[in-house]
Amino acid sequence: MPGKANPVFRALADPTRRAIFEELTRQGEQTVHALTRYAGVSQPAVSKHLTVLKRAKLVRHRREGRETHYRAQPDALAPMVDWLRDYGAFWRDRFDRLEKLLERMD
Amino acid sequence: MSNPAETPRSLVIERVFAHPPEKLWRALTESPLLAQWMMNNDFEPKVGRKFQFRADPMPNWNGVVDCEVLMIDPIQRLSYNWGVGDADSGLQWVVLWTLTPAEGGTHVRMEQSGFRPDQQAAYQGANYGWQKFIGNLEGVVGGLE
Repeated sequence: MPGKANPVFRALADPTRRAIFEELTRQGEQTVHALTRYAGVSQPAVSKHLTVLKRAKLVRHRREGRETHYRAQPDALAPMVDWLRDYGAFWRDRFDRLEKLLERMD
Repeated sequence: MSNPAETPRSLVIERVFAHPPEKLWRALTESPLLAQWMMNNDFEPKVGRKFQFRADPMPNWNGVVDCEVLMIDPIQRLSYNWGVGDADSGLQWVVLWTLTPAEGGTHVRMEQSGFRPDQQAAYQGANYGWQKFIGNLEGVVGGLE
């Protein structure tokens, strides 16, 4: 079970980061200020969360004057989707093996 | 799509087996039987028991799953942690097995959750807009069973 999706999972395991990412997905591009108002935590905390999301390539940013604007990059979720697909295949295979074992039991 | 926030947090596989729940329970909880369909293991059906599943190493995975029994509700529910990779860079999951008597057998539901329940509480109101994420995952989960 490869760990390619780790940064994505880890970034989204935190509820505040998930909420920020959701907000960007829903509202489109947002400034750090707007996100801070939305998230209800301090601006440094929001910036830190955005850095983690950026590292996982889940968000991109651009500077305009004094403001930094962030937007979601849903394509970055692809490894997570692949990972779920792999795990789905893993469990289906195990269910098949369980079925065969049950036939042999008694 | 009725509850978008539910979807990305777990993977669910379900199947009805033409065997009684007691037999399924044995396959899930007796280590030698478990080894025959899951992986080699040192499982014991005791809450708090730390155990491992071991498979052949693969690229990006040493073949070890570190687990701890979280819940045992005989012939109905079994849950354990599912940890892959080391403590710092690894991932922690929870696997929950639910057995329900069904016509001619047993309905088996396996849920692998990716986010701990206590992490969900803070943002229960955030039920919106995973958009493409949800779209992708619905396709994935829909294609599983």
